[in-house]
Amino acid sequence: MMNRLPTLFMGMLLTFSSAWIGLVVVPWAFFGTLEPVQNPSEMAMPGEMVPPPVTGNIEAGLEVYAANGCVYCHTQQVRPERQGSDIKRGWGTRRTVPRDYIREKRVFLGTMRTGPDLTNVGVRLQDPAWHHQHLYAPRSIYPNSTMPNYAFLYDVREIQGQGSPEAIQDLPPENAPPPGYEIVPTQEARDLVAYLLSLKRNYPLPEVPPDF
Amino acid sequence: MTDVMKSSPQPTAQESILAPQGEAHSELLRRREIDASCRVPVMTFYASGIFWLLIGTALALLASVKMHWPDFPWAPQYLVEAEWLNFGRVRPAHLNTVIYGWATAAGVGTLIWLMARLCQAKVVGTPILMVAAVFWNVGVLIGTMGILGGHSTSIEWLEIPPYATPLLFLSYAMVAIWTVIMFTQRPPGHVYVSQWYLLGAIFWFPWLYGIVQLLLLGFPVQGSIQGIVNWWFAHNVLGLWFTPIGLAAAYYFIPKVIGKPVYSYYLSALGFWSLALFYSWNGGHHLIGGPLPTWVVTASIVASCMMVIPVLVVALNHHLTMRGKWHLLISSPTLRFIVFGAMMYTAVSLQGISMSLRSLNEVTHFTHYTIGHAHWGMYAFFTMTMFGSMYYIVPRLVDCEWRSASLIKWHFWATFYGILLMLLVLTVGGLWQGFKLNDPEVPFTTVVQSTIPWLIGRSFSGVLITIGHVVFAYHFFLMIMRLGKPAGKPTLFREPVEAEGGVA
Repeated sequence: MMNRLPTLFMGMLLTFSSAWIGLVVVPWAFFGTLEPVQNPSEMAMPGEMVPPPVTGNIEAGLEVYAANGCVYCHTQQVRPERQGSDIKRGWGTRRTVPRDYIREKRVFLGTMRTGPDLTNVGVRLQDPAWHHQHLYAPRSIYPNSTMPNYAFLYDVREIQGQGSPEAIQDLPPENAPPPGYEIVPTQEARDLVAYLLSLKRNYPLPEVPPDF
Repeated sequence: MTDVMKSSPQPTAQESILAPQGEAHSELLRRREIDASCRVPVMTFYASGIFWLLIGTALALLASVKMHWPDFPWAPQYLVEAEWLNFGRVRPAHLNTVIYGWATAAGVGTLIWLMARLCQAKVVGTPILMVAAVFWNVGVLIGTMGILGGHSTSIEWLEIPPYATPLLFLSYAMVAIWTVIMFTQRPPGHVYVSQWYLLGAIFWFPWLYGIVQLLLLGFPVQGSIQGIVNWWFAHNVLGLWFTPIGLAAAYYFIPKVIGKPVYSYYLSALGFWSLALFYSWNGGHHLIGGPLPTWVVTASIVASCMMVIPVLVVALNHHLTMRGKWHLLISSPTLRFIVFGAMMYTAVSLQGISMSLRSLNEVTHFTHYTIGHAHWGMYAFFTMTMFGSMYYIVPRLVDCEWRSASLIKWHFWATFYGILLMLLVLTVGGLWQGFKLNDPEVPFTTVVQSTIPWLIGRSFSGVLITIGHVVFAYHFFLMIMRLGKPAGKPTLFREPVEAEGGVA
């Protein structure tokens, strides 16, 4: 029986396709075509859909996030209340579910938490200036951080007139630009920060009870 | 059963060039012809694999050091600030160069030689293999440059940008077609267990790689379905591509070197089919607690637990085969690398089963413990098994023996202690990290700080492994240049304890 190629291939096909059907086809058929829903919160505006669309700068920022491998240290998933400390650490108010991700063309669930979870980073840290300083010089904010600096997403240039309103302020001496120069974000840095600020998965959804 | 015994790999006593007469002599000549027909394609895959191993190791060291010294001040500034050497690019470049550049090329080289030997036929269609080798290396090169240049997809194990993956797929398809052609060249009769594994690997991987490209890069599926497709793929690259090749090598070389057949045909068959069925379902255990219906994850946990069957069956079969021959580990480099790899396969699989349980996964998920597990499988099992295979195969292709027993010793002990140290620090450090992460009273920056000593330990283990790789690459280079010892007497760690043949 095990000496014939067709028989061997048939066995290999059956075992392999059982898992392919179970792990790929069935999940796809069951929840692979979810739609946004009206925000069920009482405070929501009529017609306000959740999750919100991912467009323009935010979509461009998603590409920057992918290109620079943020996913290797940061997850974007909140486990249920009873698993781990995700919710107790304030990384979310509820677990994440499939509908949370339907607007993104690429999903960064992640497998590693060298850095904190970013599912709701746009809720926790809303100031773009903070993000720019943190990306440019992470250790100027958290001295013990091991995050790589993303200085290559910023330009050091001579101050013209009043200087740019976007220039990073208050850098400690070791990170500060030379006198007469300022550090301004490139378009990529602006997009990345727009993406990070958009990460707010704290809206209610009909399928998740609060505090779950 | 007698049929099985006959076509299991024969003892190598007859392989000594000096001894045999008559039938044994013509058998020996046939083997030499078969080996000669493999020379060019196998050495091409091996040489390119070792090239990528060195590149991948350098990238690994850089990524590892950057994790604990992100701004390492004594290094040239371009190492810290260069866009293309940023941690988020170097890390996936490391993974892809070692997985596709090194491990896959080493696996294909071994597969070609095993297929030729087990089919007892000279290699036909060498041009197909050579085109495949060129496509493969060009694909990996473009892919790695793409990742470093900022085109990574950031889909784990599939970071190579979409403009390079079709080339890899084509190359792979050519190897698969060649394997089937080669299989039809065999004399009728028994198919050895290693061939089931090789055929399985060659059949499963193109399907995996093709589907995942369509569903994640071509026409991406929606939302978190991407997560399950990603891990169905990534886990099966290990389970249905590297594992079958590693086991095929172990099933071939252990009996070959010790000169006795595999203990049980029935255990071999049970191990193969249970692996095929259960391993393929494992991927979902990477998403425990993730944004998916619980049933998907639970199905994978059940399948992961069922993996205890193939793992223990293979371990038992190898152990009973080795019984009474353990002393050969002292002398034979091939055997020592491969038996170490096979033992690590058992260990890493049992560890993987335990990690799929929700209670342990709650701690180890998202920590360095998982990184340790990945290196346990890809390095301690697969890579060590490939080193062992190369120590056996290469001398038969270049007609000279490894030049120096001490270089082999350096290679073995540096990689052996290197990988064991890495597994130790990542496993203990990962558990430490996991417990602290799960305690909401511990500030996150404290968790980050607590991992640093372990990560420094990991960099140190990386230095050891690098030494081993450089020594091996140098030794391999001497072999390509035919600067080894004259053929005939294999280079051993030391002379065999008893004067029984069959060690190499």
